[in-house]
Amino acid sequence: MNYGRMRFVTGFLAIPVALYVIYVIAPYAQAFYIAFTDWRGVNANPRLVGLENFQRLFDDNVFWKAVGHNLILLILMPLLTIGIALFFAFLLNAGGRGGTGGVWGSKFYRVVFFFPQVLAVAVVAVLFQQVFRPDRSGMLNAPLIALGFEPVGFLSDTDIALWAILGVLVWQAVGFYVVLFSAGISSIPRDMFEAAAIDGAGGVQLFLRVTLPLLWDTIQVGWVYLGIAALDVFAIVWVMTAEHGGPDHSTTVMAAEIYRNAFQYFKFGYASAMGVVLFFFTIGFAALALRLSRRERIEF
Amino acid sequence: MTHLSRRELLRSAALAGLALPVLSACASPAGGGGASPAAPAAGATSAANPLGLAESKPLEVWIFDGGFGDSYATGIHEPLVKAKFPKLEIKHNATKEIAKTLQPRFAGGNPPEFVNNSGANAMDFGALVQDGQLADLTPLYDAPSWDDPGVKVRDTIDPTAIELGSYDGKPYVLNYANTVWGVWYSQKLFEAEGWQPPKTWAEFLQLCETIKKSGKTAPFTYAGKHPFYIYEAILTLAAKIGGKDVLKNIDNLEDGAWQAEPVKQAATAFAELGAKYLLQGTAGLDHVQTQTAHNKGQVAMLPCGSWLENEQKDSTPADFGYAMFALPDFGSSDALPYGTLHVQPGEEYIVPARSANPQAGLEYMRAMLSKEGAGKFMELVSTLTVVKGAGEGRTLKPGLQSASTALDAAGDNAVWFLFRKWYAEMHDEVAAASGQLMNGKLTVDQWIERAQKKAGSIKSDSSVKKFKR
Repeated sequence: MNYGRMRFVTGFLAIPVALYVIYVIAPYAQAFYIAFTDWRGVNANPRLVGLENFQRLFDDNVFWKAVGHNLILLILMPLLTIGIALFFAFLLNAGGRGGTGGVWGSKFYRVVFFFPQVLAVAVVAVLFQQVFRPDRSGMLNAPLIALGFEPVGFLSDTDIALWAILGVLVWQAVGFYVVLFSAGISSIPRDMFEAAAIDGAGGVQLFLRVTLPLLWDTIQVGWVYLGIAALDVFAIVWVMTAEHGGPDHSTTVMAAEIYRNAFQYFKFGYASAMGVVLFFFTIGFAALALRLSRRERIEF
Repeated sequence: MTHLSRRELLRSAALAGLALPVLSACASPAGGGGASPAAPAAGATSAANPLGLAESKPLEVWIFDGGFGDSYATGIHEPLVKAKFPKLEIKHNATKEIAKTLQPRFAGGNPPEFVNNSGANAMDFGALVQDGQLADLTPLYDAPSWDDPGVKVRDTIDPTAIELGSYDGKPYVLNYANTVWGVWYSQKLFEAEGWQPPKTWAEFLQLCETIKKSGKTAPFTYAGKHPFYIYEAILTLAAKIGGKDVLKNIDNLEDGAWQAEPVKQAATAFAELGAKYLLQGTAGLDHVQTQTAHNKGQVAMLPCGSWLENEQKDSTPADFGYAMFALPDFGSSDALPYGTLHVQPGEEYIVPARSANPQAGLEYMRAMLSKEGAGKFMELVSTLTVVKGAGEGRTLKPGLQSASTALDAAGDNAVWFLFRKWYAEMHDEVAAASGQLMNGKLTVDQWIERAQKKAGSIKSDSSVKKFKR
């Protein structure tokens, strides 16, 4: 590498790296320090309290509940989203007669599926508050009440609320992955489908033996994205649920607990300790995802 | 006409009082972080000018331009002061950003004379008090009242307001607006159906049963998504049964405060209400949705604070006739009598101790606490004030009138709790548990256990500053 090229590369990298250090690395380092203090946001000299915050965190039922919810979402959200998105993408691209095209009206569906992705998260949350309303104004409950059933407390029943959140997350995410997988499928050469169809493969076999293996890379990317999203889900939970993660902490997630402790209780030390734990969860997930995604590529 | 002539008299007396030169110039040391407030050096006092303000120096007024706007200051209180002290120059200001605008002036040692330190961007009272920035309001409360020189200001206002505005026993903050909580209903509906506001808990349950059987409307609801609305009622009832100390112990995070029998009785009573008489779907509705249902006649009663009528003014039918009743007697051995109310003064005003003319700020407060000042304020912004009987002779909307009557009737039987302000996490935990109590997912004992556990964990958390009352 000659000197000129070095300078060229350094010139390009300097600013992004500086920004990254100032706005990402430095706050992380600070959070690690604050996690060992009892700082409440106003004092100029935070007091070091050692591992006290972490000890308290260990006994904090609400936080572990939040961790549990994140884990449930981490497993189920990618699974459901990818499953549904794959199914739709297959129908849109290769589900037509003879496996050569999409089902009738696929161009229209493709646009419709993408709609939720265009909406801001806050809009989605407010929208679903109305959809889930427990009275006659609720889109889901109105028919139930009209038929004489008890309304379902989608967001007010502690046993149901988390599933309602999962439903909204999947609803919002599916559209994007339909498009992503559609792109993946359309890059698979047509003649592979045709050849398989001529050999007598039905729709199911086309999907399992041709589409899925050739799409594996794209699915893995989707899996990592969705996993990261499942470790967040702050906005939907915070805006949509009662008591910001309620009722009675039944939908809370780590990010919501960090926000609550930092900006509502002004316990920045304790919230930073939660942040540190979340940091290790995220690192752990990333390492796991990278390890699992090491797989041979299929060239075509 | 009588008060006009009285004012003339007072004005001439004020002028007479000004004949003496006022020596308060030394009362404003610039800057400095002295821990004790500079004692406001009073000018010459007189019957007309009991606080001894200097008319030669201006009175700078800063109003928080929030829900109440600032026209009550320019239209009501400033003219009152001006009429009495025509030579006093009043500099009116309004802002939404109290802290950003005024904090530098406090730090610089030339704060204004009068500040409405309210809203999301208010300055921290604890820090101001600690820094000796606030004038002691004791001279104001001991001064003769605006309307009757024979009565001290202290005796014309709700004592709760003085207590809530005190730090370490000294009054520094004037809480002017007042809020009372009760159970709200539509007079029209109650009259049409022949229902009576209940006096005892048994009557209340009976009424709920009658309403339920009528099939026309649900008996009771609350803002299910914000269970504060129901734990407020539970705690008020607990205080009514067991006395003011019940809430004091809870605020002070005493061991066993939540396990006290009155708290248990109150929670049991409301859990029963929740199991039998709630509007369908209450748990999933917020305050706007339940209040709108109330306006539409889908539910007969809900607990709320006295802001309700004003909050709902756009969706209330014209003849709805808001009214409220205090929580009924639970049993014959209740510690506090019928009519006991949860009262919580708010909207804070302060007089900076290091301002050039702090006596003028105090005089301004005295004018606010006059019956005229408070009564017109009530009419204009539709809220109660801490001034006793301020609503007399005013044309108030029915709900405000009802709340005002209840407040006057309650007298000293006012209860309140402060942990909501002091320990946000305590508030959240009690709210969460109360919602589940009303849904039947928590038993009363579990509810008590959770609240007590949280109180204990806050108590042992060294990072959280503890308060006492």
